Amino acid sequence: MRKSSSILDRRAFLAGTAAIGGAAVFAPLLPAWAQSGTRGLKPDMPTLSGEDIALRIGHSPFTVGGRTGQAVTINGTVPAPLIRLREGQNVRIAVTNTLEEDTSIHWHGVLLPFQMDGVPGVSFPGIRPGETFVYEFPIRHAGTFWYHSHSGLQEQLGHYGPLIFDPAGADPVAYDREHVLVLSDWSFMNPHTMLRKLKAMGDYFNRQQLTVAGLFRTGDPEQQMPLSERLMWDRMRMDPTDIADITGTTYTYLINGHGPQENWTGLFRPGERVRLRVINASAMTVFNVRIPGLPITIVQADGNNVRPVKVDEFQISVAETYDAIVEPADDRAYTIVAESVDRSGMGRGTLAPRMGMTAAVPPLRPRPTLGMDDMGMAGMGHGSMGGMDHGSMSGMDHGAMAAMGQSGGMTGMGMGDMNMRDESLAPPDMKVGVGVDMIAMNPQDSVGKPGLGLANVGHKVLVYTDLVALEPNPDPRPPSRSLEIHLTGNMERFMWSFDGRQFSEVVEPIRFARNERVRVTLVNDTMMQHPIHLHGHFFEVVNGHPGHHPMKHTVNVLPGSKITFDLTADNPGDWAFHCHLLFHMHAGMFNVVTVRPLDGGPA
Amino acid sequence: MKALLIAVLAAAVGTPAYAQHAGHTMPMQAPAADPHAGHDMNAKPAPAPQPDPHAGHDTGTATPASPPAAADPHAGHDMGTMQPAAPAGPTDPHAGHGMGTMQPAAPASPADPHGGHGMGPEAGPAPVLPEAPPPPAAFSGPRHAADMLFDPSDMARAREDLRVEQGGATNYRVMVDQLEARIHDGRDGYLWDAQGWYGGDIDKLWIKTEGEGSFGEKTEEAEVQALWSRAITPWFDFQAGIRYDFRPDPERGHLVLGLQGLVPYEFEVDAAAFVSDEGDVSARFEAEYDLLITQRLILQPRAEVNLAAQEVRELGIGSGINDIELGLRLRYEFAREFAPYVGVEWERKLGETADFARDEGEGVDDLFFVTGVRIWF
Ligand SMILES: [Cu+2]
Repeated sequence: MRKSSSILDRRAFLAGTAAIGGAAVFAPLLPAWAQSGTRGLKPDMPTLSGEDIALRIGHSPFTVGGRTGQAVTINGTVPAPLIRLREGQNVRIAVTNTLEEDTSIHWHGVLLPFQMDGVPGVSFPGIRPGETFVYEFPIRHAGTFWYHSHSGLQEQLGHYGPLIFDPAGADPVAYDREHVLVLSDWSFMNPHTMLRKLKAMGDYFNRQQLTVAGLFRTGDPEQQMPLSERLMWDRMRMDPTDIADITGTTYTYLINGHGPQENWTGLFRPGERVRLRVINASAMTVFNVRIPGLPITIVQADGNNVRPVKVDEFQISVAETYDAIVEPADDRAYTIVAESVDRSGMGRGTLAPRMGMTAAVPPLRPRPTLGMDDMGMAGMGHGSMGGMDHGSMSGMDHGAMAAMGQSGGMTGMGMGDMNMRDESLAPPDMKVGVGVDMIAMNPQDSVGKPGLGLANVGHKVLVYTDLVALEPNPDPRPPSRSLEIHLTGNMERFMWSFDGRQFSEVVEPIRFARNERVRVTLVNDTMMQHPIHLHGHFFEVVNGHPGHHPMKHTVNVLPGSKITFDLTADNPGDWAFHCHLLFHMHAGMFNVVTVRPLDGGPA
Repeated sequence: MKALLIAVLAAAVGTPAYAQHAGHTMPMQAPAADPHAGHDMNAKPAPAPQPDPHAGHDTGTATPASPPAAADPHAGHDMGTMQPAAPAGPTDPHAGHGMGTMQPAAPASPADPHGGHGMGPEAGPAPVLPEAPPPPAAFSGPRHAADMLFDPSDMARAREDLRVEQGGATNYRVMVDQLEARIHDGRDGYLWDAQGWYGGDIDKLWIKTEGEGSFGEKTEEAEVQALWSRAITPWFDFQAGIRYDFRPDPERGHLVLGLQGLVPYEFEVDAAAFVSDEGDVSARFEAEYDLLITQRLILQPRAEVNLAAQEVRELGIGSGINDIELGLRLRYEFAREFAPYVGVEWERKLGETADFARDEGEGVDDLFFVTGVRIWF
């Protein structure tokens, strides 16, 4: 059980800061001592708690890597202050907008009345310049969450922060100390410019494409890709290196607002159980997280406790959270590695007994390339096509692929001859238009897969099937109907959508009857992964542990794959449902979920 | 000659269409061949006692019958070490969490390795779920819930902003693909070829301009096209509009009908037919390809063919294929937006057009060294 004093680092407490917004202040969890000796010292990031909290959204300078840009901040910091509340309490959060444009705060993963959810145009009108909006809601559950803007592209500019709800009763997770790890991606490029570059040139940020030189670079993963396969990708007008839309060419990956150089450091005493609350607050970056030398025990996913599972590495998609326990026994430093999924850069931090101690920083591993599974053709070859990263695709049966191409009646150009966009595979309500460049032929459930590039890294990587809810799922009823939603897109034009329709096309909402239980399958008809987020609810990811399915608010659907979840639509109102890759949402992968009727029946 | 033009355009149109429908005969592998079949644990009709790869991990934990402390598999993990801080009594982290609620569903025996799985409501063979429309209740109540609580006109404004933002944005691009000097014995010249668009994902205003000349002389050729460009397939835009030739004399206006996009193997193509204000029909076909030598060093082969359906003597154009241009440019992308290049360009006049050139005492083929820059923003 967490004692209130255990969250305080006693040494850090001496550096405690002034109250902000009149709220009580604990010792900073993101303290100034992490920054000693480096340029661009961050302001302290205090904990806000209590019944009344005031937040102020404005512009502040943000410095990383010796360069300063303009951020959109909450109370002046990136990330925003840690807000820590207790299950069972009520909270009133007054948010004042000092920007020249509208803003908002969405409380990510929090069960609350829809009008407090903070999505302009869905839950409320937004917060206009100079106005204050008071969010008021009871804290109904416990866990690690976060909050961020749902207006424009402000999230890319620093408008995000951690949110912790302590349980009313005993915490089943015991720990001596805790650190919050807010992972994010910072760019000095204006996010609207980033989006325009993507629209103008889909591969603008990709500097890891297949090249002629790569054919001759011994040991390079792409040297192992046969020419026939390259031609196949060209034929499909697809790029097997298109793993991330925006990459380390423009992003600095941050841990708690610190770039790799700044090396955010969290302290521990050897032998302690340290709880890490890991939040992926990135706009666009999926991270692979590991701490070389330290096993990681996952105890919570998306704010809901799971049975402890010990891993060496986990992939955290955008908007997901994982709580983990680590037990560093030795008097040494450990590097926290948060490698971007396309391996174009990493966030780096340190766990150390004392400031100034560092551990080796492992080099970036070879980048993955897309494979059969990602084309939605899993299992369509004769051999097992397990390998998603080419570095380890020795098991992949290239001969089989060529043979398949021939059996398609074409002349030996491999899979490229197959119809990657067979309209007959689309459900009748899907629009197969300009915005759909692919329809997965044989999408497989990806709950058992560790994520792009992690199939063969030589150690245990978390998969969704490892997640077993600690408590029984709250609604034992079987679903009464099923619903299939296709995740669709056009990589070349950077269009993204659900069922082939961008939100801007005036789409019908996804309707649920209140307390209805529905089995929803997300089919990814694209070669990119999408972290799909539903507001105001937790859904049960169907992963083979019925009754104890993990309850999540965001689920990552791998390329060419599918994921199923069961949903009890018990929160009446209108809710945003979208891909949490900011620019995918902004390119149309967004819809509204309605739960009706608004009155009657317990929520 | 018109037949040839139609054939060329048909080929250009046909290519993307072909790409979309190719391979219909590809036989799908039977599901049985799926190597992942064993992993697909959530196949809807799956009965519970499926072989579970995780049996033996955690399942015992959830079995209510398991003795609390001794059999707790978390003891070996980390939970055990948590206990000092946790309240002493419930050594089992699940204690007090209402495991009892699960019991009615499955009176699993402790020996049953699937006990942990049998407790859910899905234990029995689940029926195949119908994909059904939402029940009538889902359509009850207000169209927009927030309209009940906020000023509906504020909400309407916010909704419209949201709609436009999520996919409806307008963008632009200006691409100066070629801006070059052409080095040629005795008569150095210049050439430009640029395109710009402004619009949404489907409809765009598309401007193209190209021209060339010799230094110190009047520009030989200069044209501007203003087109409406509409995305008609994932990779192709249909374009229609006007073209105006400022050079050569006499100036000409044309109607333009074209297709521009990406064909399989990532060739960018642009095929257009023109009808001049004199009723003359001509066509142009361009294709280029980016071959990445390294991430920044890019070789771009390029081809252009011009055709005419009839001769236009005053412009020195014959009917048939007028000319063919082949280029090879090697650029270095200091930035995506800024790439100087060097290259060669070979041009050859053909057929009647070549005859006209010979009559005028001009050569029919040319080889240039080119150096220039590719810029976009
Ligand atoms: Cu997405």
